[in-house]
Amino acid sequence: MRHLSRKATCNSHGQDSSYFLGWQEYEKNPYHEKENPKGIIQMGLAENQLSFDLLESWLAENPDAAGFKRGGESIFRELALFQDYHGLPAFKKALVEFMAEIRGNKVTFDPTHMVLTAGATSANETLMFCLAGRGEAFLLPTPYYPGFDRDLKWRTEVEIVPIHCTSSNGFQITESALEAAYQDAQNRDLRVKGVLVTNPSNPLGTTMSRSELNLLINFITIKGIHLISDEIYSGTVFSSPSFVSVMEVLKDRNCDKTEVWNRVHIVYSLSKDLGLPGFRVGAIYSNDEMVVAAATKMSSFGLVSSQTQYLLSALLSDKKFTKNYISKNHKRLKEQQELLVAGLQRAGISCLKSNAGLFCWVNMKHLLSSNTFEAEMELWKKVVYDVRLNISPGSSCHCTEPGWFRVCFANMSKETLNLAIQRLKDFVVETTANGHSPSNIHYSSSKNSKRKLLPKWVLRLSSRDRDRESDER
Amino acid sequence: MTRNQQHLLSKIATGDGHGEDSPYFDGWKAFEVNPFHHTKNPNGVIQMGLAENQLSFDLIQEWILKHPEASICTSEGVNNFRDIAIFQDYHGLPEFRNAVANFMEKSRRNRVKFDPDRIVMSGGATGAHEMVAFCLADPGDAFLVPTPYYPGFDRDLRWRTGAQLVPVVCESSNNFKVTREALEAAYEGAQDANIRVKGLLITNPSNPLGTILDKETLRMVVSFINEKSIHLVCDEIYAATVFSTQPDFISIAEIIQEEIECNHDLIHIVYSLSKDLGFPGFRVGIVYSYNDAVVNCCRKMSSFGLVSSQTQYLIASMLSDDEFVNKFIAENAISLANRHKVFTEGLAQVDIGCLKSNAGLFVWMDLRHLLKEQTFKAEMELWKVIINKVKLNVSPGSSFHCSAPGWFRVCFANMDDKTMDVALTRIVAFVHQNKETTVPMKKKCWQTNLRLSFSSRRVDDIMMAQCMMSPHSPLPQSPLVRARN
Repeated sequence: MRHLSRKATCNSHGQDSSYFLGWQEYEKNPYHEKENPKGIIQMGLAENQLSFDLLESWLAENPDAAGFKRGGESIFRELALFQDYHGLPAFKKALVEFMAEIRGNKVTFDPTHMVLTAGATSANETLMFCLAGRGEAFLLPTPYYPGFDRDLKWRTEVEIVPIHCTSSNGFQITESALEAAYQDAQNRDLRVKGVLVTNPSNPLGTTMSRSELNLLINFITIKGIHLISDEIYSGTVFSSPSFVSVMEVLKDRNCDKTEVWNRVHIVYSLSKDLGLPGFRVGAIYSNDEMVVAAATKMSSFGLVSSQTQYLLSALLSDKKFTKNYISKNHKRLKEQQELLVAGLQRAGISCLKSNAGLFCWVNMKHLLSSNTFEAEMELWKKVVYDVRLNISPGSSCHCTEPGWFRVCFANMSKETLNLAIQRLKDFVVETTANGHSPSNIHYSSSKNSKRKLLPKWVLRLSSRDRDRESDER
Repeated sequence: MTRNQQHLLSKIATGDGHGEDSPYFDGWKAFEVNPFHHTKNPNGVIQMGLAENQLSFDLIQEWILKHPEASICTSEGVNNFRDIAIFQDYHGLPEFRNAVANFMEKSRRNRVKFDPDRIVMSGGATGAHEMVAFCLADPGDAFLVPTPYYPGFDRDLRWRTGAQLVPVVCESSNNFKVTREALEAAYEGAQDANIRVKGLLITNPSNPLGTILDKETLRMVVSFINEKSIHLVCDEIYAATVFSTQPDFISIAEIIQEEIECNHDLIHIVYSLSKDLGFPGFRVGIVYSYNDAVVNCCRKMSSFGLVSSQTQYLIASMLSDDEFVNKFIAENAISLANRHKVFTEGLAQVDIGCLKSNAGLFVWMDLRHLLKEQTFKAEMELWKVIINKVKLNVSPGSSFHCSAPGWFRVCFANMDDKTMDVALTRIVAFVHQNKETTVPMKKKCWQTNLRLSFSSRRVDDIMMAQCMMSPHSPLPQSPLVRARN
C-alpha cells in the first residue's frame, strides 16, 4: 500500500482550522489604499512593520555588512562555507547582548548556551524533541498561539494539555488551574514533562507578573518538570509593568546552580522584535548543557543562513543602533496600540489591558447572539466578510470563553488602522441598532476587487494550494 | 548523565541517534585541533574529509560584485528590504523557485523540465531528507539504501523520525553497482524481519563513490520500486558536479519522462545548493516531488526549516541569470575535472587507484593493498595512521557502511592547488616509506584506472579499462594491470 506516513495524512498540522479561513479570504481580497480600498484589512498577522525605516537607514550607513564585506574585503566565500551548527560566534554574542539589553541588563546570557534555529517555529519543535515524546505532554495556559498545535505536537507526537485561564482575573495563571491541568493530563494517561508559557503573552499582549512567574517556578520545582518560556515578544513591551524574564526571577531566588535552573529554557526569535520573520532567526537558550548539546545537533535540520547571521551580527553589535531601535520601537508600538484601544472604546468595545505584543485581546462578548462558540464563529465571519477585517477568533487560540478576538495593530499604517476602527465602529452601530443579526449587510463579492499590487516578485499563491503559512503569531 | 537527567530529557535527546559517535567525525576532531595552514601550521592536518566545492568561488564572487542589487541590504537593493524581511510564506519567493528550477534544468542539460510549484524549501538537504522521511514513513518503517552511503543519512532519516535504514549491499567486484539481486535481497531481508519497507533512497551522483547511475540501473530501480509499490527518493545533490559526460548524468526526472511504466506518485528528488554551488552556509535545501500530497505535506513541514528570505532573494537573482548559470556549470565542471585529474594521477604515481568516477567532490580511493589484512580493524588502523602520521583527514569506508574494508573517501575540491600539492607529496612520501607497498611502476602517461586484481579480471573489464582514460587523453592506452601479491 503506497500510502504516506500517519503524520502526512492526519490533521495535526492544524491548517484545517477556521483560523486560516480568514487568511484565505484576505488573500482573495486584500486591502490596498489605492488599488483596493474596500478590501479586507489584515489584522490577523502579528508582524511588526513599524520600524523598518530604522533598519534601512542602518543599512545605508553600513555598506560592509550589507555587501558581504568586512573591512572592505569580501568575506563571501567564508560565509558561503560556514555551516557550523554552533553558529557564527559574533552573531551569538551580539544576540545574547541584545537579549540582555531588552531585559534591562538584569540578566545576562552565555552565548555557549544558545542554539540557533530556523525561526521560533523550529526552536519550539526542537525543544519538544529534546524534552518529550509520545505519551508525554506539556501544559500550556489558554489562550495560546494556534501554531503551537503544529509546532509542539505534529512531528514530535507530544500532547498539549491546556491550563484554563479566564477573564475573571485577566487570564492569569492560577495554582488551581495548574493543578487541574496536571490532573487532566494524568487522567489522559499522559506524563507531564513541563509547562510552556509565552511571555509576553500571545494573544493577550500582557507580561507575566512576578507572582505568576514565582508560581510557575514553585510548580515545576515540586513536580520536577521543565519550564519553557517563549519570550519572542520580549522586545515589544511598550509600557509598564516592565518585562520580567523568568531568568530574572530565578536569579532573584538564588536558583542558579540548583536543579530547577537546568529545567528552565527560553525560546527567542527576531521575527517580532525586529520585524524580520523572513530571515528565520530563532534561538533556544538553556542552562542545561545536555539540552544545549542535543538541540545543537538537531539544529542541523534548520540552521540560520550564514548570510543572515553575518548581517544581523553587525546590526546587533551596533549598540547605538540597538538602544535607539528598542526605544523608538517601543514608542511607536505604544502609539499604535493606544490608537486601537481608544478607537475600540469609541465603538463601545473594550480590550484586555495590555502593555506588550503586536495585538490587543478584544472583548466582543456583548456582540454575540449567544454566549457560545457558534455565535463567536458567526460574529467572526461577519467581521471577515462584511466588515472586511481579518481578525483571529479566540476559539482558534483555545480560549475557554467565547467572544474574545485577537486584533493586530503593528502591521499597518495609522491611516489603515483608523479605517479599520471606523469600519468596526460602523458595524457595531448597525449591529446594536438592528439587533444581533443585521440583514442588510451582505457578503461582499470578491469578483470586482483588485488584488493588492505587490512588488512583482511576490506573486499570489498558486490556485492549486490554498494552504497558508501560519508562522505569523 | 544522571538517571534523573535521563528521565527528564527525551529518549531522542539522550540516545546516540545523532550519529556523531561515528569514526567519520573523529577525523574531523583531529583536524580541528591541528588544522593545516600554509604558513601558520604547515604540519597540520589537511582536511580531505569535507565534501565542499571551493573551486568556483571566483566566478560567484565576480557575479556578486557586479550585482549589488541581488542583496536587499545594498543601496541598489534596499528598496526591497522590508517586503523580503517580512516574507515568510512557506511557498517561497516565486522568483526563487523559478530560479532553482531553471538551474536544475540547466544542470541536466535542459533534458527535463521542473515545475516550480513542486519545489519545496527545507533546511539544507539535511532538513529535506528528514522531512521526506517524516512524510513517507511511520516510526519503525524502513528505507533501503545502497552501500556505501553518506553517514549523515543515519541521522537525517532515522534520528527523530524513528525510521530505519536497511542496507542494499553493493560490492567492489562490480564497481559497487546497484543490482536487482541486491535490492531483492535487502527487501526480502526486511520482510523476514517484519520490517515494513516504505522506500528506496539512492544518491545520484553517488556519495561516496563519485559515480553516476547508468540508464539501465535507473530503469531497473524504477521498475523495482513500482513492483514493490515503494517510494523512490533520489538525492541529486551532486548533479552539477558532473565533470565529464562519460558517462553522462541522467536524472530520475529524465527516466520518468520517458514512457517507462511508473507511478509518479512514488518519485521524489532531494536537492541542495551546498555542493553544486558551494553554498552550504546558506542552507538551501529542496524537495521536489511528483506526488501532490507529498508536496503539500512537505510544504507545511518546511515551516521548520525555511530558507532565509534574504538568501532566497540572492539565489533568485543569481540563478535566473542564464548567462551566469551556463558559464558556471561549464567552468565548474572544468575546474573539478582538472583537480580530479591532478589528484588521481598523483595517486596513480604511487600505485594508488580510485574507483573510476566523473562526478562528486571526492574520489573513492582503494587502499586494500595497504591493509595488513582484509579486515575493518586493519582499515581503522590504516586510517589512524593516515590521520596521525600522514596528517590527512580522509573518511574510512566503514563509516559509509561499505561491505569490504580498504576503501577511503578523499575529498579534493575543498582546497587550493598548493594544498593539494602538499597532500599529494605527503601521500607519496607515506607510500615510499611504507615497506609493505610494492615498487611503484612508471607510467607512460596519465590515466585514471581501476585497481583490478589479476585473478578477477575479465574481458569486459579490460574493455572497460580502455575507456577509463582521463577525458583529456588523446590516445587509447592499454589498461594497467597489476598482479596482486
